Amino acid sequence: MRQAISLIVLLLLIALLWEGLKWIGGDPWRAKKNPFGLTHTPPLHFKVTSDLNLPHIWDIAAAFTNPARRNGPPLVGILLNAAIFTFREAIIGFIFGGLLGLILGILFAHSNLLERGCMPYVVASQTVPILAIAPMVIIWLKAGWVSVAVIAAYLTFFPVTINTLRGLRSPDPMALELMHSYAASRWAILWKLRFPAALPYIFTAFKISATASIVGSIIGELPSGIRDGLGGAILNFNQYYISGPSRLWATIIASAVVGIVFYLIITLIEAFSLRGRKALADNV
Amino acid sequence: MSVVALSNVNMTFNSSSANKTVALKEINLTIEPGEFISLIGPSGCGKSTLLRLVGDLIKPTAGDILVNGKSAHQARLDQDYGMVFQAPVLFEWRSIIKNVMLPLELRGYSRTDQQKRARELLALVELNGFENHYPWQLSGGMQQRAAIARALAIQPKLLLMDEPFGALDEMTREYMNLELHKIWQETQTTIIFVTHSIPEAVFLSTRIVVMSARPGEILHITNVDLPVPRGEHTREEAAYFETETEVREWLRAAKQK
Repeated sequence: MRQAISLIVLLLLIALLWEGLKWIGGDPWRAKKNPFGLTHTPPLHFKVTSDLNLPHIWDIAAAFTNPARRNGPPLVGILLNAAIFTFREAIIGFIFGGLLGLILGILFAHSNLLERGCMPYVVASQTVPILAIAPMVIIWLKAGWVSVAVIAAYLTFFPVTINTLRGLRSPDPMALELMHSYAASRWAILWKLRFPAALPYIFTAFKISATASIVGSIIGELPSGIRDGLGGAILNFNQYYISGPSRLWATIIASAVVGIVFYLIITLIEAFSLRGRKALADNV
Repeated sequence: MSVVALSNVNMTFNSSSANKTVALKEINLTIEPGEFISLIGPSGCGKSTLLRLVGDLIKPTAGDILVNGKSAHQARLDQDYGMVFQAPVLFEWRSIIKNVMLPLELRGYSRTDQQKRARELLALVELNGFENHYPWQLSGGMQQRAAIARALAIQPKLLLMDEPFGALDEMTREYMNLELHKIWQETQTTIIFVTHSIPEAVFLSTRIVVMSARPGEILHITNVDLPVPRGEHTREEAAYFETETEVREWLRAAKQK
């Protein structure tokens, strides 16, 4: 509840700052269809706050309901379809990347040799720009949602690997001695001690990965020529920015909302999975 | 048959490197069923190491360790002992009853048997009503009692306790001593108990093993001839004070050595 209030206050502050800057240094402004001829001419003129660079909030809001093309459906409908399309790619990529990350983390936690041998490549994979990898993946796997999901997975698996490894190694030495005193097998130690102890770490990684998978999907759509997702919409409205900057801004907001929704879904699953634990009880 | 038999046990850490540490030297000790043995000595004298050797959590450099007539390794595989550590080490994602059920779960008991046994044990350590609480909702003393219940779950003949009450305040510690004495009497378990506290050792034990500073050796074994069952009144008996003094003098000698 307090989180929700602070979120709304923060959004209001950003809106106030946005419009405040435009009030001081934006383009001259007059309300449409107003009988009093209400106008405002800002005292200063900054280039960054012009209507082209920073459209009015109400113009962005209006862009959602206005048709994107003459006689077409309203933009919000197009964006909703695009968001669902991209979200689907991202979830598939997230699941594959998440599973790969978990498996690598579990393997590395049990073998120092494997960790030392493979970790440099895992790290190196993340230093290569995704923009360079994406076109290659598309050539290998053909343009389509599969290659986009692979690109999303590529961004997803890394934080999951690192955090799983760390989490699996987090139990207290005494807890491990306790399990040894029960003559517990490696498998039992993994499922009854290491994995539950790693869960908070894994969920932290999932939260990072959830938003990364959306970004990965959007980036993957660009070179693959997929026009149905948010990547396609961004590319499209980028080209027509001069004639309608608010449409690109609306698309950016839609992309952010998709990321936030994915993040919230993970947070809900986390709250359910970690119920009863102290760290969580402190947050509520 | 003795529960634990240690003969010529030696333990050296980092034996190959330059900074090798001789933790234990020529330890010989036999523990009979139903005994309550306290290990006491200066910090770093190898009390905990000795306990871990009996529990087969580490292997000795030399010597033989028999638990229930078997090798310590076989005894661990057979779950002949339960262990209580300095910290409760309860799993934070499990409720109290689920924590007590853990060793039973690992042994493959049926769900109903696990729950029945766990409830009995929680009643024994007076934690009934807290089954579904999580560890962090319990005080330190209650958490340690849950840990004792967990150690007793598989009905071991031997209980290894490594300074279990070290982190508790004096009042709680005295109460826990009474509780442990009662549990020892009820379950007839043999207990090896590592402690820093002389009053605690005298109150609980049948024999107190005084160890010297590194390298850890057995300096003296004090018999405690206080009648059982013991209670609040025990702490006021003359014999209690005499034993305390005896142990204190041996400990002083242990530090000087």
